[in-house]
Amino acid sequence: MKRERKIRVMVAKPGLDGHDRGARIIARAYRDAGFEVVYTGLHQTPEEIVEAAIQEDVDMVGLSSLAGAHKYLFQTVLDLLRKKDAGDIVVCGGGIIPDDDVKRLKAAGVKEIFGPGTTMDEIVKWVKENVTPRK
Amino acid sequence: MALTFSPKIFQDIEEKYTVWKEKLSRVFAARPERLRRFSTVSDWEINDLYTPSDVKEQDFAKDIGFPGDYPFTRGVQPSMYRGRLWTMRMFAGLGSAEDTNQRFHHLVREGQTGLSTAFDMPTLMGYDTDDHKARGECGKCGVAIDTLKDMEDLFAGLPIDQITTSMTINPPAAIMWAMYIAMAENRGIDRRILGGTIQNDMLKEFSAQKTFMCPPEPSVRIVTDTVEFGTRQVPKWNTISISGYHIREAGSTAVQELAFTLADGIAYTEKALERGLHVDEFAPRFSFFFNSHLDFFEEVAKFRAARRMWARIMKDRFKAKDPRSLWMRFHTQTAGCSLTAQQPYNNVVRTALQGLAAVMGGTQSLHTNSLDEVLSIPTEEAATIALRTQQIIAEESGVANTIDPLGGSYFVEALTNRMEEEAFEIIQKIDDMGGMLAAIERNYPQQEIADSAYHYQKQIDNREKIMVGVNKYAIEGEDIPVEVLEIDEELEAIQIAKTNRVKETRDSGTVVRCLERVGEACSGTENVMEPLITAVKAGTTLQELCDVFRDVFGSYRDPGIY
Repeated sequence: MKRERKIRVMVAKPGLDGHDRGARIIARAYRDAGFEVVYTGLHQTPEEIVEAAIQEDVDMVGLSSLAGAHKYLFQTVLDLLRKKDAGDIVVCGGGIIPDDDVKRLKAAGVKEIFGPGTTMDEIVKWVKENVTPRK
Repeated sequence: MALTFSPKIFQDIEEKYTVWKEKLSRVFAARPERLRRFSTVSDWEINDLYTPSDVKEQDFAKDIGFPGDYPFTRGVQPSMYRGRLWTMRMFAGLGSAEDTNQRFHHLVREGQTGLSTAFDMPTLMGYDTDDHKARGECGKCGVAIDTLKDMEDLFAGLPIDQITTSMTINPPAAIMWAMYIAMAENRGIDRRILGGTIQNDMLKEFSAQKTFMCPPEPSVRIVTDTVEFGTRQVPKWNTISISGYHIREAGSTAVQELAFTLADGIAYTEKALERGLHVDEFAPRFSFFFNSHLDFFEEVAKFRAARRMWARIMKDRFKAKDPRSLWMRFHTQTAGCSLTAQQPYNNVVRTALQGLAAVMGGTQSLHTNSLDEVLSIPTEEAATIALRTQQIIAEESGVANTIDPLGGSYFVEALTNRMEEEAFEIIQKIDDMGGMLAAIERNYPQQEIADSAYHYQKQIDNREKIMVGVNKYAIEGEDIPVEVLEIDEELEAIQIAKTNRVKETRDSGTVVRCLERVGEACSGTENVMEPLITAVKAGTTLQELCDVFRDVFGSYRDPGIY
């Protein structure tokens, strides 16, 4: 399949959590897979993430959370994207997220959540299958 | 040179080794080795056998010696665990100050011998619970502390004049310490007898743990203020816990953990010397904190090398004379990043092995992770099993019967030597860049750690490295069977109300004056500690004080290296 432009993904760290090992590894895996990658760095508010996602014109936002505040943070990112007419940006997540919360967040519109033990290849494959460049 | 073996013996050993190698190659010609390559978790290749030839150059007196004697390879005290066991110090913090206080009482009742506090993310980052950045995070991964009132509730009923307390906090460490001192003084306890540790290691925040507030240079200035203040006023307090733990958790190798930690220690020492302190005044109160990861011998070698290297650095580089300045005393925590969400009961076994390595390495205190720590804050039951794991190592296994039981193992000594050599090479590189602050500004440690983390992840993904229950022996469609501790979402509102009550009852004029005093100390060269203690006693909040730091010094933004 030939595409006009590369998939543009944003890897984002919402909240105050400093666990960025996974986020940085996944950013590098995306880059090695040929995607265009924007990594926000740490300690971003949902507002900052959404604004950057729109400005950078990304096709997907990957949110990483390992300190328990995912429910509020992921939901807020989803809400803000919709409010700004950017609800077509795919949102996925990764980190330590209990099963019940995974169900709730998926019902709310997070397209996929990658738990511990997922390989980089599996995630890259999922992105290729589920994210297409917008427009 | 007092070599362990004579040259004639080496010749003999080497001849026999060659014969054995030939025999071995015949065996493997029929059936090849189990693995293409045998390597440690940090990917150091390991030989099939170690003999005296591998430690040929080693001088027993100079390099190994006796416990309590320079270079302390075998332990900092002459008696080690024959005298007193390590301190069993379980890291705990959850929900409100009252919740955590209950957990502390439980752990002390069950035989824990020191306290260790985990704070929630807003507290660690210098925000009160009511700040918009703190939304959704209150009490989630530790206890929320906004004011002195919370600190008083946290330690209610605990004998802080007899037990030592460790507080894992960094950018607001000076403030949290001021609250602890104020709390003790309000109880009538003299600050001079207080014992404990603040982590207060800002350098590793920039390279690894990433809870930062102000830029590196002023961050280290505040650290130096605490070192100076502790030296003069709180002489039993460990002013910095120079930490490799987070460097390792962020994905470094064992030798990088060792080298970056010591390089951080060198940087703090240089700053305190610039302040006009004498090395033997403050160095005895520096403590260290390491990770104990999965590879048993690699870890033991790292701990032994760490002690020897610090002693050499202190003696040769900083001309320390007091033996206590040469002692590397360290706390160890088993590796959180080695635990798996899958088949979580396996984590008990991993933690036991890692705890054992820490003990064989001669640690002064130990936190053993709970089996559910990868999923959430530990339940009381899981935390108790983790404490029991240490008690079994201490009182059943027999490993604490003799000092440095692995000393003299050809393998362990060879690995210890290699750790030292390679770590000194990395430290040299950092020295050439102009020291750790300059190296951090160039993103050198950040990039090195990111490279190692990525390399390890690739090895896991292609099964060159095994994680049992994850990339081998996995259970298809596994339902994770453990109970997870949930923090009540209502806590946030309760905590905000509590802090508001403090704000309503304090004298606002005094608060304003106190904040101005802290601001003046920050802008000038006066030590910030005494103004901070006065300020927290007047009811200022953590964030009000951190906002002063941020106003004066500016905020640091993550460069987002990957």
